[in-house]
Amino acid sequence: MLLTVVVLLPLAVAVVLMALPRIPDRVASWAWVATSAVDLALVAWMWWRFDPGAGIAFDVKVRWIPTVDASYHVGVDGLSLPLIAMTTALFLACAVWSLRERRRPRAYAALFLFLQTACLGTFAALDLILFFVFFDLTIVGMYFVIAGWGHGNRRRSALKFFLYTFLGSLALLVGFIGLFLGSDERTFDMVRLADNPPLQGAPVAGGLVLLAIGIGLGVKTPVFPFHTWLPDAHTDAPAAGSAILAGVLLKLGTYGFVRIAMPMLPEAWRDWAMVIVVVGVVSVVWGAFVALAQQDFKRMVAYTSVNHMGYILLGLGAAGMVGSADDDARTIATVGAMVQMVSHGLLTGALFLLSGVLWTRGGTYAFDRWGGLARPAPVFAACLAVAAFGSLGLPGLSAFIAEFQIFTGALQATPVATVIAVTGILVTAGLFLLALQRLLAGPTTAPASAASNPGPLADVDRREIVAIVPLLALSLVIGLLPRVLLDVVEPAAALVTELVAR
Amino acid sequence: MNEMASAGEEAVALLPELLLLAGAVLGLLVGLWTPQRRQVRVGVLAVLFCLASAAAAAVALTDPDETVFDGTWVIDTTTGVVRIVVALSTAVAVGLCSSAFAGHPRETEAYVLMLLGSIGTIALAASGDLLMLVAGYLLASVPLYALVGFVKDARGVEATLKYYLMGAFVGVLMLVGVAALILAGGASGYAELAMELPDVSVALVAVGVLGVLAGVAFKAGAVPVHFWVPDVTAGTAPAVAAYITTVPKIGAVAAAFRLVAEPFANAPVDVPLLVAVIGAASMTLGNLAAFAQTELLRLLAYSTISQVGYLFMVVAVAARTDIAEPALVVYLAGYAVTNLGAFAAVAALPGSATITEWAAAARRHRWLVVSLVVCLLGLVGTPPTAVFVGKLAVFTATADGAMAWLVVVAAVNTVASLFYYLRWVAPATDTAAPATGLATTAARAPVVTVHAAAIGSLVLGIGAGVWLTFTGV
Repeated sequence: MLLTVVVLLPLAVAVVLMALPRIPDRVASWAWVATSAVDLALVAWMWWRFDPGAGIAFDVKVRWIPTVDASYHVGVDGLSLPLIAMTTALFLACAVWSLRERRRPRAYAALFLFLQTACLGTFAALDLILFFVFFDLTIVGMYFVIAGWGHGNRRRSALKFFLYTFLGSLALLVGFIGLFLGSDERTFDMVRLADNPPLQGAPVAGGLVLLAIGIGLGVKTPVFPFHTWLPDAHTDAPAAGSAILAGVLLKLGTYGFVRIAMPMLPEAWRDWAMVIVVVGVVSVVWGAFVALAQQDFKRMVAYTSVNHMGYILLGLGAAGMVGSADDDARTIATVGAMVQMVSHGLLTGALFLLSGVLWTRGGTYAFDRWGGLARPAPVFAACLAVAAFGSLGLPGLSAFIAEFQIFTGALQATPVATVIAVTGILVTAGLFLLALQRLLAGPTTAPASAASNPGPLADVDRREIVAIVPLLALSLVIGLLPRVLLDVVEPAAALVTELVAR
Repeated sequence: MNEMASAGEEAVALLPELLLLAGAVLGLLVGLWTPQRRQVRVGVLAVLFCLASAAAAAVALTDPDETVFDGTWVIDTTTGVVRIVVALSTAVAVGLCSSAFAGHPRETEAYVLMLLGSIGTIALAASGDLLMLVAGYLLASVPLYALVGFVKDARGVEATLKYYLMGAFVGVLMLVGVAALILAGGASGYAELAMELPDVSVALVAVGVLGVLAGVAFKAGAVPVHFWVPDVTAGTAPAVAAYITTVPKIGAVAAAFRLVAEPFANAPVDVPLLVAVIGAASMTLGNLAAFAQTELLRLLAYSTISQVGYLFMVVAVAARTDIAEPALVVYLAGYAVTNLGAFAAVAALPGSATITEWAAAARRHRWLVVSLVVCLLGLVGTPPTAVFVGKLAVFTATADGAMAWLVVVAAVNTVASLFYYLRWVAPATDTAAPATGLATTAARAPVVTVHAAAIGSLVLGIGAGVWLTFTGV
């Protein structure tokens, strides 16, 4: 019941915000902040009460479509709880960030609250159809965020985003139907499908279903070659939209691999683990090098997401290589992938909000229009440096914990791929340092757009600090005290690797 | 079957149809004695009889399946749901017409024709005999010819002529098909044909199947007999277009389902493949043609052609899987609600025929846009709307019926369809665009209908478990 409240509370507030025409804009913005804060508090309470060894907690099941055995079935375990916590934290940051949104703030708040319900629902879902429902609604919500509040070529980018990811979601639906028809019990229930995996002993059908699900999740993640919607969507989205898109929506794809593809298609996952590893490594290298070539800060961050998602696929693919690695190594790789999801959400969320600082000051993300910002804007420079160092995997921040575990776990299974992926770290390190140098060092330059308020060289204000710094602090906590997170993730990840080995 | 039962008892089983008929006759009589400007009372009467008919059908829904009048009229879950959906859709269409045709010299006749067409639609869905199917075809067609040309303007007359000529031509094909099947099987009842058809000449059966399917495909507006749909839809009033693209299609698809499930189930020709190709062609051509449309009614017309394609998927696997019938029922109900909503949105802003005009006029009606978005995304099949549940069920049934290729075609088409629905959604939701000077007042009844359809679509989708359990499929 508590989980249902956490998931549906934002939607309820969104409906109230839309339904009452008299609500002033400021009240609407603060209502968004308050709702997200309450949601975060409820999730913190859930975390406190959660027993990692006990499997699924807070679960509720209500029959929905009996003819195909689909139900409203939600619950949390060690895989979903960290992502739910990260999601609520990031939405709260975006709520604070958007307190000064001037363009239709009431509709904006309602849309983000709707999006929050959709994201939380996807992570909490324990039924394939319910997962799909929320998964699809995130696309609808993000389409309107980009189309309504974006900049630049927003309509075109939003359309491209919608069509591309909708194609992915339909591939996913086809895969889900394959799982349903292949199961002995004819059910969409994730728990029962994972207990009694469908299509065992049918490598062709299992492979095709995995292909459909893989395309569906791969578009969302996104992995090479399905990533081309990502840079446009990010470049033209508002800062908070980008933070959610990168921080949360991309995780829906990678989470789907851990939650659906691995436990429900263990045989196919093992058969095709090498392909998944290769796709992951190609994404790592491709994302890193294309990011290196960008002349635009936000596009660069967008491409680093492709790189970071590639590590996750590397880890998950390695977890499927049962023959060439022992259980411990594969578990470590899975844990690393899970931590990477949380870490990337926090750090990239912060980076996109920081790119929003540039946009509100100067209306551009182009590297050649900015320079020497460390002197006039020291707090901005410090935040950017922490986020960038975190993102490139500096020890002490969360991404290091994640990537270190992925490489450790994957090395035994696929040494060559892992070594290639490590070079991705080098390129990422180079490009982030280059970006810091271009933006922060050298003579101070800023775009001469006099109309902007605050001025082009103003440092981050209090609202922006309140939004960004907690994200970096959380990353630091995970980097310094990883047990907080690992205690929750490890039992669930061990279970997944065990299920894959069946 | 039940020869012991008297005709009177059997007639009671047709209470929902009789109520519609009574509504038509009474409406005509009341209309004769009603002054021109008060003819709306005939509309109220028609709506009441529609609701009574739906209620009667709902009460009878859980009764065991039966056939009456020597097996010519089948009353089962499909018929029951079609009865309810048709009666309620007709009520909505009458409500939409009441604002479009208020004070029209032949207002009464419009309502009566709609009721008669609805009886024909139910006859199509319920017929268990080829001759009854032909009767249903005629009863569902002739009133509509008159309805299309109601306004008597140039486009309406052209549309009527096209509709009528094509309907007459296809009607002949259908009669040839029926004759061939009777010749081959020696009977016109579905049950007898199901037994006889497997052992007779392939050529005769092929002619028969093609002819009969041409008839139902015409009523459903499926490729290759879809050419009337865009002209008729765009040539008539939006309210009438809503009726013609919703109600007859339901009966025709249900009729096709029954044909494929019963008499054609073991026919010596590959009927499922034929139907699957019709479905794939409908959804693909409908979508491709819709891409370039700027006129709303034409866009929606092509959208209905593609929707029929999805419905024909489940017809193709009618005899192959048990989950086909629930899928058909869910999709039919979802389609009716959502399609009526989309057409009502056009009717809500009279004078806005194109996407840009509509978007400009809708700027002052925020909630109308929200409901439109729900309806259009519903037509795409976005969860949690009714059509999503329908599409899920249809895709599942089709894959279960060993036609996975058709599911892939349908999935690709769904993405394609998103593009043209967004062409309408995007300008309508773009509040940043400058508002035009002219303030448009929205017509009341259609606006209420759009909201009701949006809510209904969500309720049917989220509450799918509840009402599916009730229908007992």
